[in-house]
Amino acid sequence: MTTFSKEDVKYFADFVRIGLSEEDKENFSAKIADLIESVSDLKEVDVTGVKPMTHPVAMINVLREDEPKDILDREVMLASAEDQEDGLIKVPDIL
Amino acid sequence: MNFETIVGLEIHVELKTDTKIMSPAPAHFGAEPNKNIHVTDIAYPGVLPTLNKKAVEFGMKASMALNCDVAPIMNFDRKHYFYPDNPKAYQISQDKRPVGANGWIEIEVDGKKKKIRIERVHLEEDAGKLTHTENGYSLVDLNRQGTPLIEIVTEADVRSPEEAYAFLEKLKAIIQYTGVSDVRMEEGSLRCDANISLRPFGQEEFGTKTELKNLNSFNFIRRGIANEVARQEKILLSGGIIQQETRRYDEATGDTVLMRIKGSANDYRFINDPDLPEVHIEQEWIDRVRKEIPELPDARKARYVSELDLPEYDAHVLTLTKEMSDFFDATVKAGADPKLASNWLMGDVSAYLNAESKELHDTPLTPENLAQLVKLITDGTISSKIAKKVFTDLVKKGGNPADIVKEKGLVQISDEGTLRTIITEILDNNEQSIEDFKNGKDRAVGFLVGQVMKATKGQANPPLVNKLLMEEIKKR
Amino acid sequence: MTLTSKTATELQALLQKGEVTAKEVTEATLQTIEQHEEKIHAFIHVAKEEATKRAEQLDQEAANTRGRLFGVPIGIKDNIVTKDMKTTCASKMLEDFVPVYNATAIDKLEAAGAINIGKLNMDEFAMGSTSETSFFGNTLNPWNTDYVPGGSSGGSAAAVAAGEVPLSLGSDTGGSVRQPAAFCGIVGMKPTYGRISRFGLTAFASSLDQIGTMSRTVEDNALLLSVIAGEDDNDSSSSAKEVPDFTAALTGDIKGLKVAVPKPYLGEGVDTEIVAAVREAISVLESLGAVCEEVELPHIQYAPTTYYVISSSEAQSNLSRFDGLRYGYHTENAENLEQAYFRTRQEGFGNEVKKRIIFGTYAMSADHHEDLYVRAQKTRTLIAQDFDAVFEKYDVVIGPTAATTAFKLGETGGDQLVHYANDVLAVPANLTGRPALSVPCGFVNELPVGMQLMGKHFDEETLYKVAHAYEQATDFHKRTPSIQEGK
Repeated sequence: MTTFSKEDVKYFADFVRIGLSEEDKENFSAKIADLIESVSDLKEVDVTGVKPMTHPVAMINVLREDEPKDILDREVMLASAEDQEDGLIKVPDIL
Repeated sequence: MNFETIVGLEIHVELKTDTKIMSPAPAHFGAEPNKNIHVTDIAYPGVLPTLNKKAVEFGMKASMALNCDVAPIMNFDRKHYFYPDNPKAYQISQDKRPVGANGWIEIEVDGKKKKIRIERVHLEEDAGKLTHTENGYSLVDLNRQGTPLIEIVTEADVRSPEEAYAFLEKLKAIIQYTGVSDVRMEEGSLRCDANISLRPFGQEEFGTKTELKNLNSFNFIRRGIANEVARQEKILLSGGIIQQETRRYDEATGDTVLMRIKGSANDYRFINDPDLPEVHIEQEWIDRVRKEIPELPDARKARYVSELDLPEYDAHVLTLTKEMSDFFDATVKAGADPKLASNWLMGDVSAYLNAESKELHDTPLTPENLAQLVKLITDGTISSKIAKKVFTDLVKKGGNPADIVKEKGLVQISDEGTLRTIITEILDNNEQSIEDFKNGKDRAVGFLVGQVMKATKGQANPPLVNKLLMEEIKKR
Repeated sequence: MTLTSKTATELQALLQKGEVTAKEVTEATLQTIEQHEEKIHAFIHVAKEEATKRAEQLDQEAANTRGRLFGVPIGIKDNIVTKDMKTTCASKMLEDFVPVYNATAIDKLEAAGAINIGKLNMDEFAMGSTSETSFFGNTLNPWNTDYVPGGSSGGSAAAVAAGEVPLSLGSDTGGSVRQPAAFCGIVGMKPTYGRISRFGLTAFASSLDQIGTMSRTVEDNALLLSVIAGEDDNDSSSSAKEVPDFTAALTGDIKGLKVAVPKPYLGEGVDTEIVAAVREAISVLESLGAVCEEVELPHIQYAPTTYYVISSSEAQSNLSRFDGLRYGYHTENAENLEQAYFRTRQEGFGNEVKKRIIFGTYAMSADHHEDLYVRAQKTRTLIAQDFDAVFEKYDVVIGPTAATTAFKLGETGGDQLVHYANDVLAVPANLTGRPALSVPCGFVNELPVGMQLMGKHFDEETLYKVAHAYEQATDFHKRTPSIQEGK
């Protein structure tokens, strides 16, 4: 049986900045363990020499000309921000 | 024990495109905060990146100028990390298939030439700007978010602070020649981090390295590396071990200061960005871009030495910037003697630019009028001394040097009769000096020449004055 | 017959001739919505004022400038951004978020004269297959309100099935348009990846996502796709392929059509009544001249886990932008930046979203990247190759859209584990980028059953042609749920 401990939950949640209650940790620990178990069938697949598929429909060289357009109005942008000061987005400090 | 210094450099260069690499917002330095933005730069739900063709071509151009192989197929990857200046919480960069790889540039330190290998050149987005305030919060400006960058990563081939300096000077010149960037450290369009480690001479494997940041000028880079080497050496000699950490150069003290210990948990979780199709670079495209690369500094340097007989030093200094080198080429093409043109550019012109903090294009000086000035000297119309007076006017107001000479009445006096009259009068009034000269005091001639120059406001033709003076003294 | 029971095509004819006004249609629509919403809760936001104002403006337009969807009401899944109209993704994270721009599909609808009636409920950030993970409460199935409408585009399917709107937009990352279409007895199309611009579709898994079209008839669906498909400078993955008028493909002639039926699609795990309904549908197609044969798909069994690894990995990347700093929900309890990140995302996301983000992070982390993420991408190649081989010989692949009829409310506990039998039917179209459509093909215990047609890349025309021929030969699309009859 696959295990995915509460510490594992926290370890990976930390990368993606998701806070967790004790209950969350327990809940996700069981559910993600199940998930990991259920995707383990991928190990059976012989993928020797197979290229990974990153795009479902192959396209190449889709390039934009270097011409400015569609500039967003600053005040419109700032209206949805939590807080602002002198045209800048105000965010909490690191410490 | 003696240690060998091992340095690898990571250089970020901002590309001079009109729009950002992944959005059509304008990309230029110095706009009001958050004015150069497109919905994509804010990472709103549903936005998608669109790749700037010019940024790709600039990446190709820089790669070729740095002797890299250009990738036949490249793609963009997402590099994940959280920070307020990184709105998507991933930076679009290139991981496994960068635009350029396996390049090199040649440097010269103490007369010894050496190749520094370049591991890779990759394209990526710059982050926005986060400013900390005193009041417990920070402010975000997303103008710079998405500005195209190339990151140039060297192999650990640099062996001294001087080599690092020489490498960066050369790199800057090459990039600047290609026209893909302004490479101005003071505006952040050229930024450099250094990975530094020591190992005992003869040892194969590298020692633990530290990463040095906040190196905001070439001199700081040279001093920062030297001081970090000294710090590591002291630790090693006292039996200590080097920690893998990121350090910051302190401009005030010149010391390096700990920023953070590097953990193993730096997992960027790169993925090939599904929003951006692959870029296939055919030979024809490479050839087309290569044609746009001008003659690079090394080639020009070689040409100046072999074709124009300039000293190596002159050739080096003149080719440090493309503007200077282009100016020199044009001045010579306009008929100036190469060595004299070089002297003027390295001397008075550079002194003026430094004193005024200006670039050549900020002055009215043109290669044509500099060439005319040089020609006025070589054809004897004015002396070098007078030329300096003319130059002062020329560099401020521009115009034709011949006109300035005429206007100010600065034409050199080369008429023997006129000069002989003046000399006779001066000798009459300075019999003591004649006496001194005859008694073997050579200095007396200098004094007499000075008197003639004074009387002619410096316009007398110096070789002629010398000749006539000797003739007249001998007559007495 | 009421205005709201008419198809978009029928409404169009009336509107173009001036027999009804856009305002009349809009009023009737808003009235029907008001009548049904209490029972099914398909909408997160009904744009009553905006729609009424727009209808009045449209009625002023000259008759000769009217677009192909002039005056036709449409509902929009709430993960497609609408300028100045809240777009929540059914999440607390975007509860009050008002976009500053329109999705390209929305711009195209506006240009064609359609009226956006409001934003439709869904699973939070499109993660789920029941619409139960919505922060705003679940949507109910109009055929029987003890059942879910499916998901994640549950609101889009329920609104169309209930007659609230003739058309809606959904999004389909792993069956999210087709499965609810099947559960609600309507037509749902996930076009080829790149057919419709994704600009303005909130990304779940960027290499799988595609906006989809939902309607009560095949003809309406073809009309809607004709309007919103096409290349977009803002989406580098959108295709430059020419967009035909898909309604022109509805000829009814499918003689000689080569149909492949993958053996696993009618095998273990699929309800026997559903197998029977689809077999019956296949015989209808045969009677219309199609040639049907069973085929093998050697790697199909790995499709669900391949999908789960890829979609979760891309999701953790795409959803990292939701940090409350520039827009959206932000915690009130943060003393510093790290706390703000952690708490905003703890408080703003629901459990299903968190679980997938954490699992996706695990799958992409340095230790598992090669073994899970890259291995899934390689398996994806093998699955795509299986289908490429089948499509060399066949025009369409047919099977059930879902392995069951709609789930009972709460049956899955809101917990979306890999639903193997359903996913094996749903996700291959997304993994391979192929178009796939669900069309009603029967009922089991008064709940609808859907048949899925999957086609060649950019060959939506054949899917419409086959579905239309089948639809015209059967009566399933004519049945309406009890809710429409006021029962």
